[in-house]
Amino acid sequence: MEMIVVAPSAPGRIEDLRRRFFARPLQALLSLVSLATMVFLAWKLLNWAIFSAVFTTSGGPEACQAAAGACWSVIAARWRIILFGLYPFEEQWRSALACVAVVVMTVLSCIPAFWTGRRIALVWGVGTALYYVLMKGGMLGLAYVGEEAWGGLALTLFIFVTTCLIGFPLAICLALLRRSELPWISHTTGLIIDGVRSLPLISILFTFAVVLPFALPQWLAGDKLYRVIIGSALFFSAYQAEIVRGGMQGVPKGQEEAAMALGMSYWQRIGRILLPQAMRNALPATINQFVISFKETSLVVIVGFFEILASGNAAYGTGEWRFAYVEVYAFIAFIYFVFVFSLSRYGAFLERRMSVGER
Amino acid sequence: MSSLLRNQKVRNALLQLLYVGSIAALVLAGVAIARQNLAEQGITSGFDFLSKSTGWDVNFSLLPATANDPYWWFFLIGIINTLFLGSVGLMLATIVGTIVGLARTSSNELARLLGRTYVDIFRNIPLILQVFFWYAVITHLPTPRSAYEAWGMLLTSRGLYVPVPNVGGPAMTLAIFALIAAIALPVWLGRTSRLSQPIGERLAIQLAGAAAALAGAAIILAIGRLPDLPLVDFPALQGLNLKGGLRIPPEFSALAIAIAIYGGSYIAEIVRGGFKAVGKGQMEAALSLGLSPWRVFTLVRLPLALRAMLPILANQYVWLIKATTMGIAVGFTDFFMIVALTINHSGQTLEAIGILMAGFLTINLSLAAVFNRINKAIALKGNQLRG
Repeated sequence: MEMIVVAPSAPGRIEDLRRRFFARPLQALLSLVSLATMVFLAWKLLNWAIFSAVFTTSGGPEACQAAAGACWSVIAARWRIILFGLYPFEEQWRSALACVAVVVMTVLSCIPAFWTGRRIALVWGVGTALYYVLMKGGMLGLAYVGEEAWGGLALTLFIFVTTCLIGFPLAICLALLRRSELPWISHTTGLIIDGVRSLPLISILFTFAVVLPFALPQWLAGDKLYRVIIGSALFFSAYQAEIVRGGMQGVPKGQEEAAMALGMSYWQRIGRILLPQAMRNALPATINQFVISFKETSLVVIVGFFEILASGNAAYGTGEWRFAYVEVYAFIAFIYFVFVFSLSRYGAFLERRMSVGER
Repeated sequence: MSSLLRNQKVRNALLQLLYVGSIAALVLAGVAIARQNLAEQGITSGFDFLSKSTGWDVNFSLLPATANDPYWWFFLIGIINTLFLGSVGLMLATIVGTIVGLARTSSNELARLLGRTYVDIFRNIPLILQVFFWYAVITHLPTPRSAYEAWGMLLTSRGLYVPVPNVGGPAMTLAIFALIAAIALPVWLGRTSRLSQPIGERLAIQLAGAAAALAGAAIILAIGRLPDLPLVDFPALQGLNLKGGLRIPPEFSALAIAIAIYGGSYIAEIVRGGFKAVGKGQMEAALSLGLSPWRVFTLVRLPLALRAMLPILANQYVWLIKATTMGIAVGFTDFFMIVALTINHSGQTLEAIGILMAGFLTINLSLAAVFNRINKAIALKGNQLRG
């Protein structure tokens, strides 16, 4: 018997739309409601942010307040405070360059060619040193600027970078200690990790900023900024340690046994067999942890630092721009969004790329 | 001696002793130095201060509080405030997250896009920024004289004023429980009644249950109402200020809104993941049995998805409870802010930090225990989540 196969004719454009959005009455209702919500919100937002907004400072705050839309003049007038905080005005190019250094460093470490322990350490070491020299000065003909004058985006980035820089090696140490075969070592480490994880970050920052000076000898207390960074690095490492440990558990036991059979020493096994594979397994969760800790740098505002959120509060808090809080917060939210969104998109890209390689 | 060091067992024991010993020594040295430093400032260590009166006040409390109350009472108030804000934030975030999560798993592309935009925007802005933003929005609302009015509620820069019934405290509590029963009873009746029962009959039983609970609430309110006062106390302008009603302070609303929106974006992703974990075969099997799309959802997809998302949801809830510590940013007297104020005013630093740690450990561990029990109780045997 002869079989006749009739290919269904390709649906036209209208038919295609109908099938996708109006197949059933409920479906059609959902489509219409979603579309209406989207159009309404988009129109409101565009109208507020662009069409009825004021962009120039010429009219001053009064003309701006009278406008129906957003008053971006406050950003034009105060962007330097928001981005650089209390950093000396003539030296703010240094603060800007330091931010660029951090961004370049982050972008470089996203490129697979730099994913060997030595290269990544080199990139981060050089980047942080460059940042530090630029910000602090006191050498190479740059004027000295103390940590208390650092602020704005530059401070946010500094806290983030140093937190990761200290927290990451610490996390690997904690993870190795936790999976130690010696029960007292693994239990004590587990207690430390779980204890830190059960506390809110704010309470840890507060303890390190306010309480720790009492518990340290005078010569060890150091600057408040560095204490807070160590506190936040400790918090980061407690979470990251669990991620690394999860990655280590994903490495087949045979790998380590084979390394042992080859006569590799403990450090060779860890450094050449276990860690490279574990880090690969843990990469998506690690990026996620970076994203979270970038957002959490904003909490230092509570222990009195002038990072980007606090400088934003100051930018609209004084007199004439009091009404323009929405614009200032929108600007800061946008800056955070750019950093966090691109990092998390990169994480999603990595996850896809890696799952393609495996399956 | 050197042969002793070469012995594996001895070396291991020494190593462990060294590790634990050095950590303990660090902690003990820190505590000793702190005690000495505090003693130099004239602060005696110990928990005697708990029974002293504080001399300062809290701006939000569910229990009666004055500046004469002792410290332990304030710690209790702080814990209750944290739990209260946490549970309100949790509930709101769960509602937001469920709606957005369902939109994200919907078969409609437009709804998916809407849900995705929501998650992408609000997940990528730090919570504390959102708290500041909502606090600024609320405190920039009009003054009481030109308040926004809707359904007897007044929205002003001093907070939201809602009408409350003029009913005594115990009766009010009972009535609230009756109202919760009015929602919970139909759900419970729906779950226990048999699937083979006709839908109309089930609906009648559920409605009867809800009506009975509502009637109970009404009777309790009628009996418990305060004499000589109108049944409902509406907020109203008197002079320059508002009188009557219940005031929800801006600090609380800002935190609750921010936690609901930010937490909702995380919970939406968990909900989406949960629904993605339900095998396609389960759904197809249910459809081929002739169940309606609604029943496929409530009887097959939802129960299975719930089981898949519960462990992750538990983590998220613990995180949300910890996020209430942002209260200190806008001046909401949660547990952490009480601890910080105690340190500022009494100088009992070590004791206060100890109480803080113990408090959060207790909250986290009990929440984890509750979720573990739920998890065990509803866990499926075998591998029904696959396939």
